[in-house]
Amino acid sequence: MNPIGEKYLRKDSLPFLWCPGCGNGTILAATVRAIDQMKIIDQVALVSGIGCSSWIPVYVKADVLHALHGRTMAFATGLKMSHPNRKVIIFTGDGDCLGIGGNHFIHAARRNIDLTVLMVNNQIYGMTGGQVAPTTPLAAKTKTSFFGNPEDPFDACELAKAAGATYVARWTAAHPVPLSKAIVEAVSHEGFSFIEVIAQCPTQAGRLMYGISDPGALLDFLKAKTVPVKQVQDKNAEERKGKITVGTLFHDTERTEFSKRYFRMVERSKEDV
Amino acid sequence: MAPIVIDEEWCKGCYLCIHYCKKDVFGKSKKRNARGYPLPQVLAPEACTSCRNCEFICPELAITVEKERAR
Repeated sequence: MNPIGEKYLRKDSLPFLWCPGCGNGTILAATVRAIDQMKIIDQVALVSGIGCSSWIPVYVKADVLHALHGRTMAFATGLKMSHPNRKVIIFTGDGDCLGIGGNHFIHAARRNIDLTVLMVNNQIYGMTGGQVAPTTPLAAKTKTSFFGNPEDPFDACELAKAAGATYVARWTAAHPVPLSKAIVEAVSHEGFSFIEVIAQCPTQAGRLMYGISDPGALLDFLKAKTVPVKQVQDKNAEERKGKITVGTLFHDTERTEFSKRYFRMVERSKEDV
Repeated sequence: MAPIVIDEEWCKGCYLCIHYCKKDVFGKSKKRNARGYPLPQVLAPEACTSCRNCEFICPELAITVEKERAR
């Protein structure tokens, strides 16, 4: 275990439950590095739902709330409103965030409440055996779509932006250093921050959808599809097709954050009485 | 050259370190750990440039690239 792991992980609950070569461990390390850099380990509250990626905070020696399936945003909103000084970081998967908890997600983004959401997108329901998820690409073969997925996938970043999130970024598990930087940026940003992390799932997505079960090759395959946002900023949708834009996609510091506005209203109502 | 430590207890043998090392410092080892996972080994420590790619990518946090004192 490297020094950062020694310092921040619950060693009694190791080993991690993930399959060999899973991207969640890399994301855990990137998050812990960001927390270490900001020195906020006693200020954070980590919230997670159900799924492979929702096991990330369980291993961190910090305050952790393991919530119901899809209800991470609801739990985190309550936590943030009762403890406004906490830095709440949410770990959720693509199914947990967009499938089961889709409505909670868009409403948390609409309120622009100061939460940091790390959505790990492995493009499949991995823990339950490889079913079609809201982010599974069109025509991809999974256990529940033998002839190819007939549905179009969600673009989670566009959805977050449209719903009102004020910080939106996307990275992959092959970019651990920029991801760490993005987490620092997102936690320090006041407002709803959303980071989509595309991770490799060699056991389900790799094997079923792409026919690649080697984690390194799969990660290379995913990384090859990415293109930095600066390169495609002024290109139209046609040229962007089939590419995954990575980088900070949207950052708005103008909009007021929800808990600030709310507590200001509370103060004002006290003065009126 | 920097000393690289692989924690054999937690390694799961995904070989992402071998894949992501640009200088081919790592290689496959014939050894297995207590849980039966095949392990990587450090073959060419003198080629290491301390870029720490392996440390950042390792999903089990099992690799440490120790800091060089004189740099």
